[in-house]
Amino acid sequence: MTLISEPMAFEFFRQGLAASLLVGTLCGMLGVFIVLRRMSYIGHGLSHSVFGGAVIGYVASFNFYLAAGLWGFLSALAINATARRRGIGADAAIGIVTTASFAIGVALISKTRSFTRNFEAALFGNILGVTPLDLVVVAGVTLGVAAFILLFYKRLLFMTFDPEVAPIYGVNVGWVDSLFALAMAATIVASINVVGVTLIAATLVIPSTTARLMTDSFGRMIVLSTAIGALSGGLGMYVSYWLDIASGATIVLLQAAFFLAALAGVAIFRRPRNAGARAAVASPDPSGHDAI
Amino acid sequence: MSIARAALAADVLVRFEDVRCAYAGPPVLRDINLTIERGAFVGIVGPSGAGKTTLLRAMVGVVPRVEGRVTIDGQPVASRGPSTVGWVPQLQTVDWQFPATVREVVLMGRWATQRWRAWSSLEDRQQADNLLERLGIGGMGDRHIRELSGGQQQRVFLARAMIGDPSLLLLDEPTSGVDLKTRDEVLHLLADLNAEGMTIVLTTHELNTVAAHLPWVVCVNGRVIAEGDPDDIFTSAILGRTYGAELRVVRQDGIVLVADAAPHRLRDALRHRHPEGFEHAHHEHPDHHHVHAEDAPDGPHAP
Repeated sequence: MTLISEPMAFEFFRQGLAASLLVGTLCGMLGVFIVLRRMSYIGHGLSHSVFGGAVIGYVASFNFYLAAGLWGFLSALAINATARRRGIGADAAIGIVTTASFAIGVALISKTRSFTRNFEAALFGNILGVTPLDLVVVAGVTLGVAAFILLFYKRLLFMTFDPEVAPIYGVNVGWVDSLFALAMAATIVASINVVGVTLIAATLVIPSTTARLMTDSFGRMIVLSTAIGALSGGLGMYVSYWLDIASGATIVLLQAAFFLAALAGVAIFRRPRNAGARAAVASPDPSGHDAI
Repeated sequence: MSIARAALAADVLVRFEDVRCAYAGPPVLRDINLTIERGAFVGIVGPSGAGKTTLLRAMVGVVPRVEGRVTIDGQPVASRGPSTVGWVPQLQTVDWQFPATVREVVLMGRWATQRWRAWSSLEDRQQADNLLERLGIGGMGDRHIRELSGGQQQRVFLARAMIGDPSLLLLDEPTSGVDLKTRDEVLHLLADLNAEGMTIVLTTHELNTVAAHLPWVVCVNGRVIAEGDPDDIFTSAILGRTYGAELRVVRQDGIVLVADAAPHRLRDALRHRHPEGFEHAHHEHPDHHHVHAEDAPDGPHAP
């Protein structure tokens, strides 16, 4: 029992544990949509973008959360706008917008030397430096994103599954897309102090991908992914404490272990799929000769 | 307006008046004047890029630039409720890896009834299950969509379209990329639904195997070339204008067969260049072989 109770004596641990539980929950929840909409790379890119915004905020002595959040949201909208232009793929648009944004951050840091310590914290996370304000922000964002998912569940499911058809059934895709970009930017900004720029993408992607392996239902996938995120966040803090490993890395490594376990479990237990059903909806006739 | 005319007008479900449709570039469809009567079963045919799907999309108000008027039941499509029209997408465009059970997909069609609630009401779920039962895939609600056969998958999306109790059912290429058995299954199912009173409009590129069996066909290529009973309008002249290619129409024992004339010319050209090799390779086939080949299952889709 001391295994669990001993670290609880420390204030920094209690705060860190709360933060990592919340971040795990938050990223597990939103990650389902990021993975199913094939936006993993956007998540990775946005975290770099947010870094640029954070440095600008620091240099201009502006509030971190406002600067980073606004910058992240604008980046997400800029990616959408760039990707809609003819001839520019979404992947290239993400590469341009977010890397340029990250470069601004690096450039500014190289001018203001005093930033080095925070720089490392931003890249790899610094859970021991979590302040009560950080906790309030993470909790607020977690509640906000949970409310967004609950209230927009049906719309999100429809447009994630079938973005072309959802508007035909009256889903306002443009509006929900903008809200989603906002949720994503908020999630990344809230998580950046805990897991760091470089590891956020993993906390968004791994729990949901693991959950996908375990179920074929959308509803169950969200519940499972949230649970895996929370579990790895909480457990990760303890492992990090006892083994003295950086907490962000521990959380991600735990998630990777869960993923491997799920992969092995599927290989062992899952019944073979109905192969015939797939053949019936094969790709279009490659010869291109239409039956007239 | 006379009583007879009023009764006639009441039968019109969809009406296009001088409609022009465009996306970003030049218009895809222009001068569209078209009416679809309640209870009709209409096929829209035409070459790729002719605007078949755009014509369907105009009926649900998702074409970005529309001039003229499109009305359903007298109401402009822009102001219609979310579930007055059921839409069935091409099966090939569906992401079959997506984690969704059959019931989850069907219930998407009812999302607007309780739009702020994450879960569906018992009543909606009951209705979904009843509909699945009615479409012959009862008891499959908890299965993943990938685990079903092609015909069953088509029924899932039909159920999603029908759960809102629409007055019009639109299907985009429902027989494209499906095997022979599925195609027949789908056409018979649609005929049954039509017999129960559902108005159905579908697009197809299969003249012989699909369009020729429908009671009413609209030939489209940027505008409406012709419409009518395929027995009447499937002529070399009309189809030639629709497809911009030479087509032969063979009528025999009440069956209409449309054949591409190009292979004849292609074969003549090849025969001229390789007189021996070509004859050798094809000597077993009768001259009009390609006409029958039309009705054969499309090679790669056959199970």
